[in-house]
Amino acid sequence: VLPPWCFVTPGQRNLNLKLFVSQRNLEGYVGFANLPNQVYRKSVKRGFEFTLMVVGESGLGKSTLINSLFLTDLYSKDYPGPSLRIKKTVQVEQSKVLVKEGGVQLTLTIVDTPGFGDAVDNSNCWQPVINYIDSKCEDFLNAESRVNRRLMPDNRVHCCLYFIAPSGHGLKPLDIEFMKRLHDKVNVIPLIAKADTLTPEECQLFKKQIMKEIQEHKIQIYEFPDIEDDEDSKLIRKIKERMPLAVVGSNVVIEVNGKKVRGRQYPWGVAEVENGEHCDFTVLRNMLIRTHMQDLKDVTNNVHYENYRSRKLAAVTCNGGVDTSKTKNQMTRSPLAQMEEERREHVMKMKKMETEMEQVFEMKVKEKKQKLKDSEAELERRHEQMKKNLEAQYKELEEKKRHHEEEKSNWEAQQRILEQQKLDASKTMEKNKKKGKIF
Amino acid sequence: MLAGNRKCITARAPEKVGEGARAVPLAGHVGFDSMPDQLVNKSVNHGFCFNILCVGETGLGKSTLMDTLFNTKFEGEPTQHNQPGVQLKSNTYELQESNVRLKLTVVNTVGFGDQINKEDSYKSIVEFIDTQFEAYLQEELKIKRTLHSYHDTRIHACLYFIAPTGHSLKSLDLVTMKKLDSKVNIIPIIAKSDAISKSELTKFKIKITSELVSNGVQIYQFPTDDETVAEINSTMNGHLPFAVVGSTEEVKIGNKMVKARQYPWGTVQVENENHCDFVKLREMLIRVNMEDLREQTHTRHYELYRRCKLEEMGFKDTDPDCKPFSLQETYEAKRNEFMGDLQKKEEEMRQMFVQRVKEKEAELKEAEKELHEKFDRLKKLHQDEKKKLEDKKKSLDDELNGFKQKKTAAELLQSQAQQAGGSTTLKRDKERKK
Repeated sequence: VLPPWCFVTPGQRNLNLKLFVSQRNLEGYVGFANLPNQVYRKSVKRGFEFTLMVVGESGLGKSTLINSLFLTDLYSKDYPGPSLRIKKTVQVEQSKVLVKEGGVQLTLTIVDTPGFGDAVDNSNCWQPVINYIDSKCEDFLNAESRVNRRLMPDNRVHCCLYFIAPSGHGLKPLDIEFMKRLHDKVNVIPLIAKADTLTPEECQLFKKQIMKEIQEHKIQIYEFPDIEDDEDSKLIRKIKERMPLAVVGSNVVIEVNGKKVRGRQYPWGVAEVENGEHCDFTVLRNMLIRTHMQDLKDVTNNVHYENYRSRKLAAVTCNGGVDTSKTKNQMTRSPLAQMEEERREHVMKMKKMETEMEQVFEMKVKEKKQKLKDSEAELERRHEQMKKNLEAQYKELEEKKRHHEEEKSNWEAQQRILEQQKLDASKTMEKNKKKGKIF
Repeated sequence: MLAGNRKCITARAPEKVGEGARAVPLAGHVGFDSMPDQLVNKSVNHGFCFNILCVGETGLGKSTLMDTLFNTKFEGEPTQHNQPGVQLKSNTYELQESNVRLKLTVVNTVGFGDQINKEDSYKSIVEFIDTQFEAYLQEELKIKRTLHSYHDTRIHACLYFIAPTGHSLKSLDLVTMKKLDSKVNIIPIIAKSDAISKSELTKFKIKITSELVSNGVQIYQFPTDDETVAEINSTMNGHLPFAVVGSTEEVKIGNKMVKARQYPWGTVQVENENHCDFVKLREMLIRVNMEDLREQTHTRHYELYRRCKLEEMGFKDTDPDCKPFSLQETYEAKRNEFMGDLQKKEEEMRQMFVQRVKEKEAELKEAEKELHEKFDRLKKLHQDEKKKLEDKKKSLDDELNGFKQKKTAAELLQSQAQQAGGSTTLKRDKERKK
């Protein structure tokens, strides 16, 4: 069971709800079926708001249509409408009224654009309109972004009725340009104004031509969403075939065949506003007010406003909205989470840098230490060698000495023996001498 | 069905939308009175979502009460008493009643009140609630966000189960509720109230209410500002805390099967208002004020959390000169400050490293110097030894030479003596021969 109105960009409906839930069947009365009533109650208490913008050249019956739609004199003697004022440049004017019906209170803001398309050079006449729409979005964005938030009035433009002059031929370049520039900022509903100047056949052709051109220029006008209900969806399809709606406006009540109707009296008859065969006013009124007012608000909030918001925030937080893969990632995060992510990245980078530096440091220290060790070993070795050398020499010397000692003592011993012999010999000779000269 | 009850509501400035607008009369039926219906249709199509948190000690019948309230069997087995800490278990169910779909999440505390030291028991609960707020806040702050399809997990109602002691609140109860009252709508209920007699119950309720008031605990008050429900809500406010009994078992009473608990001395009927306040709870929680609970969570508790969080991060609404900040400026300022911070940290680390390198270098140089000194000393020693050896050698050489001379001299003498002796011998021999 899919929420049918839920979509992401105008003209594209998809759903994105994936949750891990389990189904359960109720075995008796619980009572939450009363939730819709609770919602109803609260919404009535809160009241409703709606901002409707009308754009078109003067004389196309915009004010009359508004008055007809809301069955009131929005512009009266005390509050004259823009049409009675002569404008040199394009203005954007808003009138706020409070209307009540059946216990429901509606704050209606009508935004008019006198002077639109009336100049000789109409370049950029759409700019004040865009500025107005954007400024309302900005107000809402700022209110939504405050730390202390209070009840936020919704003054965003929920719907823009664009009046096309009943030329019968096709769209004017200004029409195309305007719709191209505004279709992604606001819900655009094109209307054929003063439709009572076209015969049904002319009107059919005109409508076909307009829709063709709209498609050609890839203009995305507001699409009435399909409803689940079979009966209603047939209705919706029928209505879609009548787009753009051709309207006639009037608050003058005329009697036709005993009935009181609103219409425009001509010598040749009465063009009835609420007669479906005469014009599409009823269709417009029903769609705009009775069935799709909430949807227009929802699309404004979920699509047009979100687009504005993401564009605005991206410009601030992601390199001026330059489209890189990094930016795409950033867009799906809140700026706070973004900063958190950056901080984490930075911490990791620092850690990495730290370990790298540490490694290099360690390596250098190791190198140096190793060198020191090597030279110490080298010196040790040399010292050892010299010592050994010395010891060898010592030994040699000792050996020599010992040898010499030995030799000396031998020789001395020999000498003593010789001496003794000599002594003995001389003693013997003495003895012999004493014995007489025998010989 | 309240839809038929359409009274004309007078405008209440200024907190209501519509200030600054002039009222104009309508000349007929325009049709925008269908707006509430359009809104309702959209909500119904989208489905509703409600999250209940049940806080209470193990064994107070939390799961049973949920089963009874929603007439269905929810999860699992009863928990043991040996949990080391308080955990939160959450389960989501899809229910449907007539054309209304409800995504219900039931969160149960597991192990609450079982520990010996319960000082930190409330912490995991507060953390859980805050986590849900945080998730929503993050989504709300994203650049590309999808709020309308976001599954809201924020807790809309907290049923606090009070043990049926009949005396007063436990200090754990007071502490926990005090910590939770600014974060969630608390609805205190007396669990397993079939253990308390009617007279005890009245006293118990009065005691509990007075203890809550004297400790400044703010429990959820059913709203009395909408005249359609003001009366019933204010009556019910006086019955708080609700004394409930839960049961999924059915007993035959008369010729109907009713939910009840059967005792030898009688049967406690869950849906009998004389027996317990179960019906009142169901009425208030689900049938009448579910939407208000959701609204209060969003506009009060969540806003408070958000405000605190943003202020913590340094966001303000106006700068010192009392000019309002635009979102962009705030973000930019924050970001610059943040980047500056990071740069500083990086620089600090570099400096520290440079310092370390210097120190280590000095150390190593010192070590090198020492080594050289050592070997210089050794060298000197060696020189000395060598000299000694040389001397010794020299003296030996001298002695050798002396000896040699002596030897040579002695040998010469000997040879002379021998010659003489030889001539003497010869003489003797000669004489003999004569």
